[in-house]
Amino acid sequence: MTGKSVLELLVFVALLAAGAVPLGGYLARVARGDRHLLARVFGPIERGVYRAMGVDPAREMTWSGYATAALVFSAIGYVLLYLLLRTQGVLPLNPNALGAVAPDLAMNTAISFVTNTNWQAYGGESTMSHLSQMFGLGVQNFLSAATGLAVLVALIRGFSRERASTIGNFWADLVRGTLYVLLPLSLVLALLLVWQGVPQTARGTVSATLVEPLRIDDTTMVTTQTIAVGPVASQLAIKQLGTNGGGYYNVNSAHPLENPTPLATLLESLAILLIPAALCVTFGHLVGDRRQGWALLAVMFVIFLPLVTMTIAAESTATAALAQDGVAVNAGPDAPGGQMEGKEVRFGIAQSAIWATATTAASNGSVNAMHDSFTPIGGLIPMWLMQLGEVVFGGVGSGLYGLLAFVLIAVFVAGLLVGRTPEYLGKKVEAFEMKMASIAVLAPATVVLLAGALAVGTTAGRAGVFNSGPHGFSEVLYAVSSAANNNGSAFGGLSANSPFYNTLLGAAMIIGRFWVMVPMLAIAGAMARKARVPVGAGTLPTHGPLFVGLVVGTIVLVGALTFLPALALGPIAEQLSAR
Amino acid sequence: MTRPDLPTRLLDRRLMLPALRAAFAKLDPRHQLRNPVMFVTWTGAVFTTLLALPGVTRTEHPGFVVAIAGWLWFTVYFANLAEALAEGRGRAQADALKAARQNVVAKKLDSPENHLRFEVVQATALRKGDHVIVSAGDTIPGDGEIIEGIASVDESAVTGESAPVIRESGGDRSAVTGGTRVLSDWIVVRIAANPGESFLDRIIGLIEAAARQKTPNEIALDILLAGLTIVFLIVVITLLPFARHAVDVAGQGTPPSLPVLVALLVCLIPTTIGGLLSAIGIAGMDRMLRQNVIATSGRAVEAAGDVDVLLLDKTGTITLGNRQATAFLPAPGIGAERLAEAAQLASLADETPEGRSIVVLAKERYGLRERAVAALGGQFVPFTAQTRMSGVDLDGRRIRKGAPDAVSRMVQDAGGVVPAAVEATVAEIGQSGGTPLLVTDGATVLGAVHLKDIVKGGIRERFAELRRMGIKTVMITGDNPLTAAAIAAEAGVDDFLAQATPESKLTLIRQYQQGGRLVAMTGDGTNDAPALAQADVAVAMQSGTQAAKEAGNMVDLDSNPTKLLEIVETGKQMLITRGALTTFSLANDVAKYFAIIPAAFAPIYPVLGRLDVMRLSSPAGAILSAVIFNALIIVALVPLALRGVRYQPLGAPALLQRNLLRYGIGGLVIPFLGIKAIDIVLHAVGLV
Amino acid sequence: MRALLRPALVCCLVFSVVTGIVYPAVVGGVASLLFPRQASGSAIRGTDGRIAGSRLVGQPFTSGRYLWGRPSATTPAYNAAASSGSNLGPTSAVLDSLVRARVATLRASYTAVGLSAPGDPIPVDLVTASGSGLDPDISPASARWQVARIAAARGVSRERVQAIIDQHTERPWLGVVGDARVHVLAVNLALDAERP
Repeated sequence: MTGKSVLELLVFVALLAAGAVPLGGYLARVARGDRHLLARVFGPIERGVYRAMGVDPAREMTWSGYATAALVFSAIGYVLLYLLLRTQGVLPLNPNALGAVAPDLAMNTAISFVTNTNWQAYGGESTMSHLSQMFGLGVQNFLSAATGLAVLVALIRGFSRERASTIGNFWADLVRGTLYVLLPLSLVLALLLVWQGVPQTARGTVSATLVEPLRIDDTTMVTTQTIAVGPVASQLAIKQLGTNGGGYYNVNSAHPLENPTPLATLLESLAILLIPAALCVTFGHLVGDRRQGWALLAVMFVIFLPLVTMTIAAESTATAALAQDGVAVNAGPDAPGGQMEGKEVRFGIAQSAIWATATTAASNGSVNAMHDSFTPIGGLIPMWLMQLGEVVFGGVGSGLYGLLAFVLIAVFVAGLLVGRTPEYLGKKVEAFEMKMASIAVLAPATVVLLAGALAVGTTAGRAGVFNSGPHGFSEVLYAVSSAANNNGSAFGGLSANSPFYNTLLGAAMIIGRFWVMVPMLAIAGAMARKARVPVGAGTLPTHGPLFVGLVVGTIVLVGALTFLPALALGPIAEQLSAR
Repeated sequence: MTRPDLPTRLLDRRLMLPALRAAFAKLDPRHQLRNPVMFVTWTGAVFTTLLALPGVTRTEHPGFVVAIAGWLWFTVYFANLAEALAEGRGRAQADALKAARQNVVAKKLDSPENHLRFEVVQATALRKGDHVIVSAGDTIPGDGEIIEGIASVDESAVTGESAPVIRESGGDRSAVTGGTRVLSDWIVVRIAANPGESFLDRIIGLIEAAARQKTPNEIALDILLAGLTIVFLIVVITLLPFARHAVDVAGQGTPPSLPVLVALLVCLIPTTIGGLLSAIGIAGMDRMLRQNVIATSGRAVEAAGDVDVLLLDKTGTITLGNRQATAFLPAPGIGAERLAEAAQLASLADETPEGRSIVVLAKERYGLRERAVAALGGQFVPFTAQTRMSGVDLDGRRIRKGAPDAVSRMVQDAGGVVPAAVEATVAEIGQSGGTPLLVTDGATVLGAVHLKDIVKGGIRERFAELRRMGIKTVMITGDNPLTAAAIAAEAGVDDFLAQATPESKLTLIRQYQQGGRLVAMTGDGTNDAPALAQADVAVAMQSGTQAAKEAGNMVDLDSNPTKLLEIVETGKQMLITRGALTTFSLANDVAKYFAIIPAAFAPIYPVLGRLDVMRLSSPAGAILSAVIFNALIIVALVPLALRGVRYQPLGAPALLQRNLLRYGIGGLVIPFLGIKAIDIVLHAVGLV
Repeated sequence: MRALLRPALVCCLVFSVVTGIVYPAVVGGVASLLFPRQASGSAIRGTDGRIAGSRLVGQPFTSGRYLWGRPSATTPAYNAAASSGSNLGPTSAVLDSLVRARVATLRASYTAVGLSAPGDPIPVDLVTASGSGLDPDISPASARWQVARIAAARGVSRERVQAIIDQHTERPWLGVVGDARVHVLAVNLALDAERP
């Protein structure tokens, strides 16, 4: 690990914080429905959309009404996307004449995009027509993120209201999040990325004549290079900002056209964490106590920073497979050194490791290097970050509402420790909230373990494993962790496009999304009804370093205790035998 | 003030033997079902026992499976023991109370007016509204109100206080409790409770924990523990396919055996808190009882821990109850000694505490000896509500002391004038929170005596403590606002309610509750009942009226209004004990993983043996040590669960930091040491 | 439920148009005005005017005359229509033997031009497959390791080869972000332009 790596990390963190603060303030204005510049520009569109939908944005919903709307909306999104994928063969905008997507893959993909997971069991270029990409996957990139955003805003309303029965209007939150947050940010980022070299064109391919023809065997000679291009930048921007992660190309952001320069990678990796980090600030604004937001952001950073540092350190050291006689694995100003298999030279170790940690801390799942080829510890950390429940930054909206479930549990334990019925933001945390928070925290974890057991316990599951030894088990564990926590990244070796994995991971994605979302909305409803307890000296402050430490401890302990045995049989065994 | 026949030590031998027996009875699965954590442990014990039966599992170490099974049973048994011990302590008390209830006969009157016509019936046959006559030596057959007569009553059966108390009809001393004994005189009592509903019955019911309901926080904690248990169940269940797959991949070793998996499961689920949870609740009620406070429900005890506002009566709680003379302030031209002498003469026959204090002050300041009024040949004029003054007629002198307005009128009627300087002094005393008395000799105003409320020693520090705990104190007094403000400032309360009426008390409580605060108060009079009923934590004095006791959710048998402070602490203690053991229990799991995972997986991946940071003697020793530690830690923590974590009045952050360090970090470190120590012992005696 | 179906359906359809057509079109329109070269794939044209490749996409080189790029896991190598990494795990025996073979091939490239391979070990990026299989860059150290061979194969001075390489070396952005890198295709085009 070099000093320059540390410097790169510091630059990344500083820029992230600098971007999150103003964006967080803006998001609060949007969430409150305040007037702002964009509302004046897009206001007519917003009102037009409401008219077309036939909804009154001012009519508030109860928590169950809100949850039903979110579920129905996701279900409709799923059905439309599934139908589109199944019929793309006979629909227009299909220049490469691709056939219908197989039923199990269509189901898996539709679930994947509707749940903001963007797990891709397919190769984009060879499976999806332009129509499917733009109309099907593209729109869900926005809407699934906006759904998470809406649910979070509703939850915050629950905390900040008093003796209220409603938590906002789902449709209004959804439309505002899309129009005023995701679209404008994507537009700006897309243009920045084009500037850096990401294509945005209607053409499908560019053909080039190879400088040196490639000889395959005596009869075959490759003389041209067909370069896939397309409307990459626009999809890329929302894929990063919406914690989606479904790339245009098979290798995602490792592809030089999807991620051409170190600056592009910096922007893209910042975009992964930008909204989840800003939402902490937004939280502080909306509950009327900025420090509460800082504390949540601090929780995220306190977990993230050591892990990202460890990943950089782990990847800076090559495993024995690379560190052979005649290979130089030490870093220097002119050589990246370290575990370079699956990594790009322009990013080097630091940018690859920062990205890997960021993309799994957030439930993004895009990659700029192949996680399967990371060192065992370098692969363990991204996997564990997902297993923590995608609450360290996490998905747009879903990360923070998932974190709040942990916060409630930490508040509860802390309340007991100071001898007072626990309260958070002046709201008493009682049995109902504990039940819902426990479900939200424990459901994804149990799904990871059960799905993992099913996968290694069946022939169909074992058939997809690519690498041998404990690393093969890591591939499976990584996949189920990714699906159940709606991340979407993969140890790419696993052959996941089989009816078995498509079904298993599809189910895991649904549970991971909605078994967290619905309980958290229930908490929103319960909290909104409660009266606020005034703050006194007996009230445990939930913004100090002590409380931050407690929440961090809760997350880490639950994550460690749940997954240590499984991790021992995968990356830990591999790491120990690698040395 | 504890009843003499009650075991005071935590682990008294008299309690131990029955508890050891009761813990066996609790191995009944129907009992275990109430607690998911312990039920899983119980199931694990049964399962491992079946595995230990000869011929069921083929293993090189049959003794190992037997040992695991045995220690799992011990784990369940130890948890039962903790509960049985907690219950036993209460039961001893209940038995003592029951004795007071047995074989009581009552003299039931046909009509309350005629004291001679009664029939002797069993106390259990009495109904609400019946009238009984109770004479000296009789046991009062049921709760009720005295409608006629006065008697001294021995209430030690209920309060543990051996000094008799006076009970009389009318006023705030009219309530009597069934099971107490009339020592002298007689009373006619109207029975106020049907059999089984009386105060004593309620206490016994509570103590026996027969109808013990879980408190809200206990329910929430139960949910969390159940959730964790489910997760750990899944962790262990999925471990088998994971390990089988690892065996295939590694081409060596065997998956962990079923007893090992069960052992891992029991070590992971929060057995420490699960096993001690009910004991903590029972012990909390018991601690209240030990302080002579009867709570009508655990919920009330728990709510006490959450109280934000304490309403305290000034008299008796904050002040000594009696005002005392602190200064003689003579009128212009009058010597201080003359004033003191007159004041003393006026008070010589006045047996009220105020009067005594004037006599004493005069003696201290001016060396004026006490004299007997009768010896001087004087005539004492007692205080009446009409004259509002008292004094003495002596050698033609008419010396009076009394309320300034009444005395002024008398002076003016007699043709005298009250000097302006004295009026100013009177006003000053009033503003400083004191009570002025005017002293006159005939029509001459001699000056004023300053009577002052004496704030109880140490009360200021208690209030500061409460403030640190985040509890606001409000003084309730009938005094005028000026006096109230002065005393409030001196006592260090945060706020006061002056010229309090039952209505204004009720309004104040409602106001605080509207603001989201939890209010506690004490009261004894019938006029306190509405406010008691409204307060979240309402402590009625045992000496108070039946109405007050009905309205409160706790009764203080010592009738000590400052008890509220202890009640709050006990409530907090109960929560803290649960929190501490939960934290400890979860933190323990880390060390157990480091013991069991290397032991279970090293045959598959020998490199995992490097996780064995404790360097345990053998895989079997590691697993057994973890299980034994898990069982023994329950026993080790029984005293803590019964006694409760010591509460210190600190602010929430300081308290959290202290408890997190102690039980969180302690919970991480202790099992490493404990497991290693057990392993050394097992190895030394050659068991593994 | 019926009351929810209409907004759900309309919302999906409206935003399909807004985010599926309008948004990419706006990005494309603005991009073609501001950054036309990048928007269409950053093509490099050779001296003959034909597209010689993308500035951003690597190409395979196997001749000793050229600067070699990183091993590629696509089929065939540097297939820009189907990007792929190797996905070989860190302790994979396959990876171990692949690296061994790559070391041998690189050293053999020296013997092919009549030189003995440098004593310096080969920088790790030159013997490991990139994540995309299309990495256009190698580290300056990897380029330096090949200078003598290219110079010998082409009959130019090592200094000249190194100068060309230096010309096409990019340093980290602002000295911090990203790693130093040599653009393989640009170097090779420059080498060919030097002496066709």
